[in-house]
Amino acid sequence: MNADLVIIVTAILVSTAAALVGTFLVLRRMALLSDAISHAVLPGIVLAYWLSGGERATLPALLGAAAAGLVTVTLVEWLTRSGKVKNDAAIGIVFPALFSLGVLAVSLYFRHVHLDMDAVLYGEIAYAPFNTLALWGREIPESWLVMGSLTLLNLLFVLLFYKELKLSTFDAGLAAALGFAPGVLHYALMALVSFTSVGAFQSVGAILIVAFLIIPPATAYLLTQRLPVMIGLAVGVGVVSSLAGYGLAIWLDASIAGMMATVAGICFALAFLFSPLGGYLTTRLRRERERLEVAARLLVAHLAHHERPVSEQEVLAEFGWNPAFLRRTRDKALQEGWLEVLRDGMRPTPSGLAFNKTRFAEDL
Amino acid sequence: MLELILQIFTDYTLRNVALGSALLGVIGGVLGAFTMLRRQSLLGDVLAHAALPGICLAFILTGSKVPLILLLGGGLAGWLASLGVLAVLRHSRLPEDSALGVMLSSFFGFGIALLTFIQHGNNANQAGLDQFIFGQAATIVASDVLNFMVLGGLALFTVGLFYKEFKLLSFDPDYAHSLGLPVRGLGTLLTSLTVLAVMVGLQTVGVVLMAAMLIAPAAAARQWTDRLSSMIGLSALFGALAGVSGALVSASRENLPTGPLVILSISAILLVSLFLAPLRGLVWDWVRTGQNRRRIFLERLLLDAHVLHNHDVLTAQTLAHRRRESPAAAQRHLEMLQARGWVQPGHAGYALTPAGHQKAHELEQAMRVLPKTLEGT
Amino acid sequence: MTAQPTPPVPGAKPGAPSPLSVRDLTVVYREKPVLWDVDLEVPAGQLCAVVGPNGAGKSTLIKAVLGLVPRASGQVWFFGQTLTEARTRIGYVPQRGAVDWDFPTSVLDVVIMGLYGKLGWFKRPGKHEREAALRCLEQVSMREFAHRQISQLSGGQQQRVFLARALAQDADLYFMDEPFAGVDTVTEDAILKVLHELKGHGKTVVVVHHDLETVRAYFDHLTLLNVQVIASGPMDEVFTAENLRQTYGERMMTASLPITHRG
Repeated sequence: MNADLVIIVTAILVSTAAALVGTFLVLRRMALLSDAISHAVLPGIVLAYWLSGGERATLPALLGAAAAGLVTVTLVEWLTRSGKVKNDAAIGIVFPALFSLGVLAVSLYFRHVHLDMDAVLYGEIAYAPFNTLALWGREIPESWLVMGSLTLLNLLFVLLFYKELKLSTFDAGLAAALGFAPGVLHYALMALVSFTSVGAFQSVGAILIVAFLIIPPATAYLLTQRLPVMIGLAVGVGVVSSLAGYGLAIWLDASIAGMMATVAGICFALAFLFSPLGGYLTTRLRRERERLEVAARLLVAHLAHHERPVSEQEVLAEFGWNPAFLRRTRDKALQEGWLEVLRDGMRPTPSGLAFNKTRFAEDL
Repeated sequence: MLELILQIFTDYTLRNVALGSALLGVIGGVLGAFTMLRRQSLLGDVLAHAALPGICLAFILTGSKVPLILLLGGGLAGWLASLGVLAVLRHSRLPEDSALGVMLSSFFGFGIALLTFIQHGNNANQAGLDQFIFGQAATIVASDVLNFMVLGGLALFTVGLFYKEFKLLSFDPDYAHSLGLPVRGLGTLLTSLTVLAVMVGLQTVGVVLMAAMLIAPAAAARQWTDRLSSMIGLSALFGALAGVSGALVSASRENLPTGPLVILSISAILLVSLFLAPLRGLVWDWVRTGQNRRRIFLERLLLDAHVLHNHDVLTAQTLAHRRRESPAAAQRHLEMLQARGWVQPGHAGYALTPAGHQKAHELEQAMRVLPKTLEGT
Repeated sequence: MTAQPTPPVPGAKPGAPSPLSVRDLTVVYREKPVLWDVDLEVPAGQLCAVVGPNGAGKSTLIKAVLGLVPRASGQVWFFGQTLTEARTRIGYVPQRGAVDWDFPTSVLDVVIMGLYGKLGWFKRPGKHEREAALRCLEQVSMREFAHRQISQLSGGQQQRVFLARALAQDADLYFMDEPFAGVDTVTEDAILKVLHELKGHGKTVVVVHHDLETVRAYFDHLTLLNVQVIASGPMDEVFTAENLRQTYGERMMTASLPITHRG
């Protein structure tokens, strides 16, 4: 089978699985909890590895990771609820401790085995074509099976519990009152995040999975305010990052997972700058326009106080604007037909006065 | 163990490792106190992760592996990431945790890409760059310790200089602003000092674990004191303690990496503080809750006994009937009341003592007052 | 529009330096005006209330005047000076919910913070500052709490600590953001006492207030605000049914008590 194809499909599966659950992490303000979970997965994997007698089997690893993930979530919640430590500090305390345990165990007992630290960091997606297994008489890559199942699982979860997830994300109190058990849903989501982290562990590493969980949904968050669109966009951004990241990584001979995270970061930066929905540059342009409109309204309102035409000097002294801004404001007001310029100054037109009145009434 | 401690003074490597870790603990502890109080605990995590691409770029641009140059590159990248977080928070509606997560993982991913790019290139000099990920305290030499001292000294001196401004900034930034303090500038300064702390930590604990060195010492210290100055002192002390003990334990055996041990030491200190610190410790919370529960239980018991004493006879049987419990339990409860001096055995069963009457009367009064005050509000 | 101040002479600062004069203040948040074209003249030595419905921009007015939120337009003078020039003459009591009361510091320390502005850079507070702070705590009957940790205070006590901190600033003009919100009667009385002491010393106080029932009794001067200034002037002139209706709208007025019952 074509090695490129195996890697690309694996990457797409990883980013899709991550985007599906990541969307809800971002919306529920638990993005950093996923960071903690993905780190804490390491001791879970080590424990499973140890318990299963040195086999690097997938199922024990998944279970170990899920357990570690739930331990992380529980510890963070317990610390926060004790009131001794704030939530963000609790996260920053729990995951380094658990990760340290994992690193320590690896360096003490598993130095010579296949569980080296590079894999923890950025995975070995490049090896995906070499790990195959026979299924229904055909050789298929193990990563396809693992990530494909996880993608399916996450997709089913989101589809089946879409209503409940949506409700508990936006109004946990109401969800509980309606009997939707947001707690159960919360832990189920956390378990899926842990599964996805460990499933992606072989491909992109335990730490970089955070990039796939958070960046595409965060990018989508900047682009839309509708949940279904956000999920779709998040998956889309993930797929684009996978493809472009792979191409760049081959070209530069660098880590595929690292490059994919980089491209995802670039997507985010572009959305931040150019999103039609409050992107930085878009907003600046619009705000400049609107500032002019507000200023023009302000100017008309000011002129309306006076019986006589008001000179530009007076307005400048009054508002503390610079002359160029006044000129642009005046032109804007002229263009709207709100004021007229006479020899001894500016004066609001009847339509300007009328507009002034109506808008005031609306604001109240 | 004692032998090991003595080695600090004789063994050159161990001395440097212990000193470096202790310095990290002190600096992380002091600056962590402020970042925690400003609710920016995880900014340290972002700064540390984001240092990786800076380290790699510094190597690519200069071709040098002089630690100070690499650390400066790392610090600069971390600082840029913190500006990125600020920009995203100020100019978009993305929640804070996502903004931190995005910046952390995209910088770190870029760093990994650069690192592998360097490793796959034909630069013979590249080995060892990845030590910054998990730290490799064993590589700390005397000149590194000197660097740490300079960086840390700079950070601590600045904190001392602006102590009262930083305190006000952390407590009430709006009020600080109203007094005319340059709030934004001070915030940037404090973040920059945190970057210095991260630079000191990169070699010892690495980018992944650095967050804990900025959070755990401060969180532990907070449990022991209600004063900022002593909290900062304790935080530095705990950090240093964790640094030295991590270094010592890792020297005691082969294959024990220093960074994770330092983190586990500070986590242990935190755990002890959370449970046992006077006043705020969880154990004392539990004890207090238990005492309260016991007190309320005894008071209700006394009121039951009081009713029986006045309207019936007070025996284990009547008490058991009233409280719907077994006679054996009721007998035990009567003995508990007797131990408090509230009841005593009389001719027909038990009788309330004067102290018992007095107490029951007080309780009834309190209960009668309660509904009235509730109505009043 | 009652009591709309006359437009100032073009190009000149207001003649008699009123403690606070605001001209054409507009604040826009995400393209929506929060304050619109606010003109305000606060008379010296009086207790002035700013009243209006929720979202009327009362707190924003104080914050914009103090430069804590950016202004879209407008000028503000304090005693005829700019904010920077007059900074040391201005005291501020923020809303008590704005800070983390679990912060590791004592009551006395918080009050001493009021002296940081006068103390200047690099200087540490000393004995002199501690004594001044203790006197301010005395004024709000909180002296015996000086060494308490601030998390042990009740809401009303927290409010009094903030008040003491502002007193420590020894300002001529005070801004207080909802000091009466959710406090016990002891605190309410303590705040009133302080307000009258301040007035007795010729200080000016601008208070954001939410309670129409008490506003007449507590204050001399009233500004009704709902994004715009509806009316501003002496209490008796401004506190009219018509003005309140304009400020709060009809719906509110049908249920409202103060005019019919007490006015």
